[in-house]
Parts: sequence; C-alpha cells; structure tokens
Amino acid sequence: MERVAIIGASMTQFGHREGEWITDLLAAAGSDCLEDAGVDASDVEHLYVSNMTSGEFEGQTGVMNALVHDIGAIPAYTQRVDQTSASGGAGIYAAWQSIESGASDMTLLVGGEKMTHRSTAETTDIIASVTHPVEYNAGVTLPSFAGLTARHYLERFDAPRESLGKVAVKNHKNGVDNPHAQFRKEVDLETVLESPIVADPLRLYDFCPITDGSAALLFCPESVAREYTDDYAVVTGVDGATDTQVVHERADPTVMDGVVESGNGAYEMSGLAPADIDVAELHDMFTILEFLQMEGLGFAEQGEAWKRVEDGDTERDTGELPTNTSGGLKSKGHPLGASGVAQGVEIYEQLVGEAGPRQVDADAGLCCNVGGFGNCVITTIMEAAR
Amino acid sequence: MTMEATRYDDGTITYPGHPRGPDGAEPVETIDLSEYTAEVVTWTTSTATPPGVREPNHLAIVEFDVSEASDDASSSRTQSGDDGASVRAIGQLTTGDVETGDEVRPVYVDELREPGAGIREPESQAWDGYRFEPL
Repeated sequence: MERVAIIGASMTQFGHREGEWITDLLAAAGSDCLEDAGVDASDVEHLYVSNMTSGEFEGQTGVMNALVHDIGAIPAYTQRVDQTSASGGAGIYAAWQSIESGASDMTLLVGGEKMTHRSTAETTDIIASVTHPVEYNAGVTLPSFAGLTARHYLERFDAPRESLGKVAVKNHKNGVDNPHAQFRKEVDLETVLESPIVADPLRLYDFCPITDGSAALLFCPESVAREYTDDYAVVTGVDGATDTQVVHERADPTVMDGVVESGNGAYEMSGLAPADIDVAELHDMFTILEFLQMEGLGFAEQGEAWKRVEDGDTERDTGELPTNTSGGLKSKGHPLGASGVAQGVEIYEQLVGEAGPRQVDADAGLCCNVGGFGNCVITTIMEAAR
Repeated sequence: MTMEATRYDDGTITYPGHPRGPDGAEPVETIDLSEYTAEVVTWTTSTATPPGVREPNHLAIVEFDVSEASDDASSSRTQSGDDGASVRAIGQLTTGDVETGDEVRPVYVDELREPGAGIREPESQAWDGYRFEPL
C-alpha cells in the first residue's frame, strides 16, 4: 500500500480578522495551499472542511459547499468534519483515509473558524455547549474543567504552580517567530502568575485566546507527491479515540484515555516510539493540557511532565523534545476547527525544512488535537520523506 | 427532586445515568445521591462565566460513598472511583470557602442557571438541581 504524503500547507494570519468571515478565511487558506503545492484546483478530488461551529457563531452552514465553489474545485467530493476542537485532527484522519483507501488521489483539507465577533461570554457558552446537561446546568465551562484538573494535578503530584506558568512562557516565546501567530510577544513568569484568575488556580495566561483563522494541508499518494516535489512529509501514523463526555466519570482526572489510545494507535501504525519523536505540537488550549498530553503520549511518566518542563526538555532550541514550536494554541491562537490543521502545518514545515527561525532538527513529528476536555482526540505522526 | 445516579448490571455506578453503562451494561437501579454526603476531590472558582451563570461560579468534583446502597456493593466497581462503591459528581458549591477533602452535602436549588440565557434550548434540559454545601 502506498504511503500518504503531504505536499502543501498554508495558514492565514491568526487573530482578529476584521471584516473577514468563515468563507473568506477558508478560501484564503485553501487557495494558498494549492498554490504552495503547485496543484490546480481542478485536480482536487476530495475536499474536507474542519469546522466546529460556523452555524452557531455566524449563521453560516454548508461551509464545505461554499468552499468548493469559492476555490473553483467543483465537482470535488466535499464534507464538513466536526469533532469540536479536534475537528482539524479529525480532518487529517479523514483526508488520510481518503487517500489510503484509494478513493482520492488529491485531497485538500481546510480548517477554519470565525469567532472574535462574539463576546467572550457568548464564545465560552458556544464552546461549553459540548457539555452534558448536568455540566451545562452547573455553568461548567471548558476553562473551569481546566481549573478543576490543574488543582488536582498540582496537589496530587506536588507540582509547583510555576511549572504551568513556564508552559505559557515557552509557548509565547516560540510564537514570536511565527509570522501567523496571534500573539508575537514574550511574557515572563511573573506576568503569567499575576494575571487575573479565570478558573482558580489558573489565570489568564494559562488560557489560549479567542481567534479567527484558517489553515490547510494537501494530501496525495507518495507516487503522486514525487511528480510535484522532492520535499514532502508522510503521514506514517494516525489514530483517533474517545473518552467520556461527562468529564468527572473518568477513572483518573489526570488521564485522558483518548490521548493514550490515539497515541498508542499512531505509534503502532508508524512503528515509532515516543523516544523517536523529534518535535511535537500539543493541544495547549490550557497549560495543564500540555502536561496531560506529554504523559498520555509517553513523553513523561504520570505526574512528571512538569519536571521535564522545569528541566527545559520542551524548549525549542535546547530541549530534547521541542514542544509547540509554532507557539501552540496558547500564542498562535485557537480558531477551533483550524487548530488541528495548523498543528499539522507546523509539523509539515518542520519536516520539509520550511520553519524558518523556528526550525529544529526533525525527522519525525507528532501532533495531538484534543476535542472538548479530552472527549475526542486525534494523534498524527508525520515523517520527512528525505 | 432527586439526584439520581445509576447502577448497571456490571456493578458500575455513574452520575448522571446513561441508557447503557460502560461496555453496554444494562441499568438496574438508581441511587438518590441527595441522601448522601460527599468528599471534595477538586474545586475551582470560575470568573469568566457564560450568560445566565452566576459570577463567580464555585464548582467542585465530589465523590459519594454509596456502599450502603446495595447489599453487594463490596463487589461493585465504579466508573469514577473504582474502589468498590463510590461515584463522582460535578456541581456548584454554595461557597468558595472550601478545600480538597472537605465533606459536603447536596442542597436543592430551583434554578442553577437562567434558562434561555445561553445557547441551549430551554426545554431541552432541567435547570434546577443541587449545590454542594460544606458541612
């Protein structure tokens, strides 16, 4: 069976995009991705759109039909992929399946979300609508899940509060070198630890921002990839898994089984182990999530991810496992449906040597995209073709 | 008004109940958690609350020991605790003056958040329920 290659990538500027709406953002990233790969729109056979809530945010549904028309890719088969915040990762999985199955020889994946025209309270409520009625009735939000989990983690593993702050400091530092990042500004630990409380013990700088943006990847069989370029990445492992919708029903509040299961599946498919991963993009919607994914993916023992962060192992230029070299959701921004695709864009650029000042020495990279509070997770492993 | 957890035929207990338990287990009985006390597993105070939710919103995950609820409880396992006969729940606290490990009891509230203020259809779910009050 042929391997599935990625031959193009793009992303719009992430942040507040005044006057640009979901269809504008998707079309911009989609067209840029085709141009990046040198592929005509007429060659696209499948088009997947990762998007969580365009209907709720903007009253715009059918975004996949709008996009296939707007970029001139009719009559390509198209489908919207929604797995909440993991829609982007689910789109990677869907695009990989479309090529692997032989159903398509050229699949474009575009993820996007338009959010900043809504208030923080409205946006929080729309995102919290993924919760079970007993959670929603109590006013539980995704940030409050993070606060509950962070307190439990810090108390149970005797981890210092500062270790979470260092995740934010690191990812903001990385974001400075990402021209598409929402925030290109370093923050120091003191600023993080003295920022306003959002969900005790977590503070403002422990959370990602509200973001508009879009990102895209282009998939094809490896034999087709070679017709276009010598520099491409290959998806060698990808898997998705779920956990309970009701977060408190999980046996261990510090373990996201969806991360563990999807990670194991991706490792098994690729034949790689955690030690083989050179660079990782983790879903740092909240700083505590970087710890939970490091542990769930085997980069640290349970309760010890904070030690690797304290030791500098996840630093971009000096660490053994550069993590969130893009700036992560924390600095780059989190336009829900786009985020998992943008994680893939970063790993692709690292593997083909196009990451500019963020470049690290990498032959294999991993991205982990988390939906809800670990409700659904997709882990993808890519390797450089060279 | 009750705060019903569900026990399934494999001994698992969950709050809330589901049409099927883990691995498709059949529900066999309900347990009214409002008759029990619980221990705070973790808590937070949320200051960025959605429309119709009090601000600040004190929240906790608590664990109920319901071993008295069944004769064969000693052989049961739970989705939450896996210790024989416990079940976890999430809910609002009556106060932010709480610590992990505190004992709490459920107290009924006729409206936990304002129906219709948020995105969810008001008729689609209940809006009354229980807060946890430290003892």
